[in-house]
Order: sequence, then C-alpha cells, then structure tokens
Amino acid sequence: MSLEDRSNALHLLKDHDTARESAAQSRAANALSIRAAKPADFASIVALDQQVTGLAKRQYWKEAFARYVSRREEPAFFLVAERGGEIEGFIIGDVRAWEFGEPPCGWVFAVQVRPQKRLGGLGTQLFDAICDAFRRAGVKKVRTLLARENHLVLSFFRSQGLMAGPFIELEATIA
Amino acid sequence: MRLQTSSSIALFAVLELAANPAHQLSALEIAEKYGISAHHLAKVLRGLGRAGIVDAVRGVGGGYQLIANPKRLTLFDVIQVFEPIGSRAAPESSRTVLTDASAALDLVLAELDQHAIATFRSITVSTMLKLMARRASSRQQSSRPARQAAARR
Ligand SMILES: CC(C)(COP(=O)(O)OP(=O)(O)OC[C@H]1O[C@@H](n2cnc3c(N)ncnc32)[C@H](O)[C@@H]1OP(=O)(O)O)[C@@H](O)C(=O)NCCC(=O)NCCS
Repeated sequence: MSLEDRSNALHLLKDHDTARESAAQSRAANALSIRAAKPADFASIVALDQQVTGLAKRQYWKEAFARYVSRREEPAFFLVAERGGEIEGFIIGDVRAWEFGEPPCGWVFAVQVRPQKRLGGLGTQLFDAICDAFRRAGVKKVRTLLARENHLVLSFFRSQGLMAGPFIELEATIA
Repeated sequence: MRLQTSSSIALFAVLELAANPAHQLSALEIAEKYGISAHHLAKVLRGLGRAGIVDAVRGVGGGYQLIANPKRLTLFDVIQVFEPIGSRAAPESSRTVLTDASAALDLVLAELDQHAIATFRSITVSTMLKLMARRASSRQQSSRPARQAAARR
C-alpha cells in the first residue's frame, strides 16, 4: 500500500467513523428518553396540557412545577417522555402516607400523551417508569382516581392491571 | 351481581376466540371446554355474529373467528347484546303506586348501575386476556412449591 493509498484509506475510515457517529447521534435524537421533568420543560408541558384538555392552566402548572420539579426530593414523580427535544408525554404522581388510614402508597394523578403519539406504548412506558420510582420509594401499591365517564383513561389504567381499590368516593351538595 | 347465562357464555366464547386468533373454533369445541350447552352456545354465537363481533367461516375446518378488535371491544359491548345494562327492565318507580321509598330505592339502584357500566366499559377483551394470564402465572407460582414438595416426597 502506498502512502497515498494509506492516507486515503485512513480518510475513508474517518469518514466511516463520522458517519457512524452521526448515525448514532440521530438515533439518540430519535430515541425516547424518560426522565425527571426540568424547569425548562414548563412551556412544553403547559402547551401539551392545553392541547389535550383545551385549557391553559399556567397557575396550576406553576404550582405543580414548584412542588414536584423545583423542590424535588428523589425519587422524582414528575416524569416526561422526550424524543428529539420534544416532550411527547408526561406522568405525575406522589407518595401519600396514611391517607384514609392506609400504609404509604403511590398515587398517579395525571398522565398525558401527545395525541399524534398515542397507541404506541408511550403511556405504558411512562406508567412503568413511575411505578419503578414508587417501588424505589418503598411503596407496594399504586392508585389513581378518575371520572366514571373517562372511558379512555379508565381503559388505559385497566390495561395496566389496576382494579377497583378499597375506597368508595362519596359527595354531597352543601350549597 | 350476576350476568344472564347468555352473557357469560358469550364472554367465554369471545375470550376463547380472542386467545386463539389464528384458529377458527367450532361451537362444539368451545362448549366442551366450558362445560356449556352447545345448543345454547350456537344461539349466542349467532347473536354475536349479528352484532358484528364474530364471523362464521363455512366449510371443512370452518368455525368461528373474532372480527371485532379485541383491544377496543369491551365487556360492555358483548354483554349489552344479550341484556340491558343499567337500564333496568322494571325500575321501582314504574310500579303503579309511586312512593318516596321507591324513588329513593331507584337512586340507590342507579348508583350501582353507573358503577357496573363504568366497569364493563373500561375493560377490553385484551385486558381480560392479560388478567387471565396474570392469574395463570400466579397460580403456577403458588403451586410450584407444592409440586416441588410433592416431588421430594
Ligand atoms: C390515556 C393515554 C395516556 C394513553 O396513552 P398511550 O400512549 O396511547 O397508551 P399505550 O399506547 O401505552 O396504551 C396502553 C393501553 O391503554 C389502552 N388504551 C389506550 N388508548 C385506548 C383507546 N383509545 N381505547 C381503548 N383503550 C385504549 C389499551 O388497552 C392500550 O393497550 P394496547 O395498545 O395493547 O391496546 C392517552 O390516551 C392520553 O393522554 N389520553 C388523554 C389523557 C387525558 O385526557 N388526560 C387529562 C386528564 S389527566
């Protein structure tokens, strides 16, 4: 092999490496990551929630971020699913101890997936991730509360294996 | 809470067909497995056929197959083919003598109905299959030590 050939071959190798690197980078950009929410996610979460529920609730989200993102104690219970710099979904919960006389348990109180990204298992991955966080926090049960008419989200939690728990919710009009 | 026989037979048939998507099953095969009347099952399967949930495949090796999407088909969809859920045939208030007691009883019964509807509507056939698989694996786990102990004996 002449010197020139060798340098060409080296070049080719380098090109090959850079191609591999950029492929890996674009794979990483396309890979889904589920991570704790960061303060910088605020605008994306508010926008996603507005897209799903039709309501912009900045004040509500400010408080939720203050509580679950800024003053966060490990493990995190506000998780986002991110792909290529976009937030595609999130799940929020916390651990409540001795509520209604029950030992500590994990509560999920919000889960949302961007409408165009649904039915691809993202909701399930978010739920699995928060259950892992609950387990790390030492709890053995996960609970949620939903409107009876919310068939979509009810079916989602049913498909994750949740069944009716030991409580019955009651209410009265006192006005 | 009890389901009418037709509804539970229909659910068994739908679950059996959903668990065997690659095969067509005859009414007789399903009836034998669940110990139910083949005659009654045949009638139920015709009802499910009219509702667009199953389809009959004619000819040799023919049988039934599920044509509804098991990820979307709920227990509610199957049961309501055979019995009204939550719209009681004879509400207390349809009695000839209307009393506060019958009206109050109606409120309580309506509460139960709403729960039943929400439960049946939120459980799909796929979710039922997962529930069955979970039960089967926990049964296996709990019988393993017993079997091991038996093997040691
Ligand atoms: C509920 C929700 C989070 C599910 O997210 P997803 O990424 O589509 O969920 P998955 O793909 O992991 O689905 C898991 C299971 O849920 C059930 N499910 C999801 N969407 C369903 C639908 N449209 N109909 C029936 N079952 C459904 C299915 O059993 C599904 O399993 P399968 O894919 O094997 O059929 C999503 O639909 C959503 O964000 N909905 C709106 C939530 C909302 O309104 N939130 C406001 C109050 S918090």
